[in-house]
Amino acid sequence: MSDNQLTKHFQDQIDQEVKIEPKDWMPEGYRQMLIRQISQHAHSEVIGMLPEGNWISRAPSLRRKVALLAKVQDEAGHGLYLYSAAETLGIDRDELIAQLHQGKAKYSSIFNYPSLTWADMGAIGWLVDGAAIMNQVMLTRTSYGPYARAMVRICKEESFHQRQGYEILLTLVRGSEDQKAMAQDSLNRWWWPALMMFGPNDEDSVHTQQSMAWKIKRKTNDELRQQFIDATVPQADYLGLKVPDPDLKWNDERGHYDFGPIDWDEFWQVVKGYGPCNRQRMRDHIAAHEEGAWVREAALAYAEKRAARLETAVA
Amino acid sequence: MTHQQALFEYALRLGDNALILGQRLSEWCGHGPVLEQDIALTNIALDQVGQARSWLTYAGEIEGKGRSEDDLAYHREQREFRNVLLVEQPNQDWAYTMIRQFLFDAFNFYLHEQLTGSRDQTIAAIAAKSLKEITYHLRYSSEWVIRLGDGTDLSHRKMQTALDDLWIYSGELTQVTPLDAFMAEEELGADLDRLRPRYEEKVREVLEEATLSAPNLPYHQQGGKEGRHSEHLGHILAVMQSVQRAYPGQKW
Ligand SMILES: [Fe+2]
Ligand SMILES: [Fe+2]
Repeated sequence: MSDNQLTKHFQDQIDQEVKIEPKDWMPEGYRQMLIRQISQHAHSEVIGMLPEGNWISRAPSLRRKVALLAKVQDEAGHGLYLYSAAETLGIDRDELIAQLHQGKAKYSSIFNYPSLTWADMGAIGWLVDGAAIMNQVMLTRTSYGPYARAMVRICKEESFHQRQGYEILLTLVRGSEDQKAMAQDSLNRWWWPALMMFGPNDEDSVHTQQSMAWKIKRKTNDELRQQFIDATVPQADYLGLKVPDPDLKWNDERGHYDFGPIDWDEFWQVVKGYGPCNRQRMRDHIAAHEEGAWVREAALAYAEKRAARLETAVA
Repeated sequence: MTHQQALFEYALRLGDNALILGQRLSEWCGHGPVLEQDIALTNIALDQVGQARSWLTYAGEIEGKGRSEDDLAYHREQREFRNVLLVEQPNQDWAYTMIRQFLFDAFNFYLHEQLTGSRDQTIAAIAAKSLKEITYHLRYSSEWVIRLGDGTDLSHRKMQTALDDLWIYSGELTQVTPLDAFMAEEELGADLDRLRPRYEEKVREVLEEATLSAPNLPYHQQGGKEGRHSEHLGHILAVMQSVQRAYPGQKW
C-alpha cells in the first residue's frame, strides 16, 4: 500500500472506533503526539508524588499516614503503566526520563505549586485528582489501545483518591475554626491552578484539532474545564467552603456555571519553568535518579554475574 | 513488674519498632532509585505502619486508660518510646537502608515466629498476621543485600561501609532486658536466648553470599528498649508529631 492508502486506512479505522495497536501502521505524527502526551502524563504521575510525599512523615494520624502512603504509591504505579504504554511506541523509559531532565518533556504544571498545610492533602486529592479524572475518563476511549487500557485501571484508583481527598477536607470543615480556615486557605490556593490543568483555551491550543481528529482527545480543554467546574462547585458548597471566584454563578440558560477569567500569565509563567517549585521538583527528581544510578548498575551487574554462573553450572 | 505493665511495655516496643521503621522507610517515597523499588519499599513502609497500628491499639487496650493508637504515636515524648536504636538510624542511601532493613527483618522474622506461640492470644494473632508480611520483607532485603554486596566494586564498598556503621546496633536486637526475661518466662514473649543463634545463622548465611564481612566489635550500643535513644529519634518525632502538637485535641 502507498502512504496515502495507509493514511486513509488508518483514519478509517479511527473513524470506525477500531483501536490502534502497537504493531499497526500509524502516521509518524500520531506516534509522536502519543509519545509526547503519554510521557508527559507518566512524568506527571511521578513528579506528582513529590508534593504529597512532602506530608507523609507529618500525616496527623496513623490512618491518614497509611492512606497517603498508599495514594502516593498508586501514583507511582500509574507512572509505571504509562511508561509501559509509551514504550509500546518504540521509546524506552530511560530516554523518556532523560528528556524530562533535559526539559524537553513536560509534566503537569500543577505539581510546581507547593503543598503547605495538611489541608493541601485534601485539596490535591479532591481538585487535582478530580481534574485529572475528567481528562482520564475521556482517555479510556482514546484511539490508542495500550493508552486506553492503562487509563481504565488508573481511573478506578483516581476516583478513590478524589473521595479520600474530599473526606480529608470534610473532616477539617467539621473540626475547629483553625481547621476550617486551613481548608479554606487550601481551596483558595489550589482552585485556579486546578482549572489551569486543562490547558489553554481552545482557540489557543495548538494540538487540540489534530488530536481530536485522531481521537486521542475526545473533548476540548474548555469542555473538560466546564465539566469539572460544574461537578466541583456543588461539592465546595457542601463543604461550606467558598470558591475564590467572585464571578462564579450558575447560568440557567447555559445549564453551566459561569466563571471568571483565568490568569493566563500565571499559567505561562509556570509552564515556562518559573513557578514556585519548578526547579525544586526537577532537582529532586534528578537527584533521586542520579543517586540511584549505582544501585541500578549494581543490580544489572549482579544479574549478569548470576546468569553467567548459571550457564557455567549447566555446561 | 505486673503482668499488665509487662504486656503494655512489650506491645509498645513492638509498635514503636514498626512505627519508627515505617516512618523512616516512608521518607523514601518518591525518591527511590527506580520506580519499581519506590513501590516495593513503600509496600514495606505500609506493612510496618499497619503493624504499628495493631500493636499500639493493643497497648492502649492493655493499659486501660483509653489511649488510642494516635495518642500513643503522637503524644509520647522520645524517652517514652521503646524501639531499638537500629530502626531510628537515618536512611542515608540505599545501602544503609537495605542493611538496616535486613538486620531488622532477620531478627523480626524469628521474633514473630516465636510470638505466634504466645500464651497471649492477641499477641499470637497480630504476630501471625505480621509474619506473612515480614517473611516477604526478609526475602526482599536479603536479596538486595546479596545483589549489592556482590554487584559492582562500588556497591560492595557502599554496602560494607553501611554494615560497618550499623552493626553496632545489631546487638540490641537480641539483648535480654528484664522485660524480655519476664515475657519469656511467662511464655508471653520471645525467648531471645533461643532466638539468637538462628538469627545469627541467617545473618551469617546472607552476608557470606553477599561477600560482606560483619565487623567483630567488642561492644554494642543499646538503650532504645528502655527509652534511651540516639539523637535521631527526637527529630523523627518532631516531624511526625508536628501537626497533632500544633493543634491539640482535634480530629484529623
Ligand atoms: Fe494518578
Ligand atoms: Fe491520583
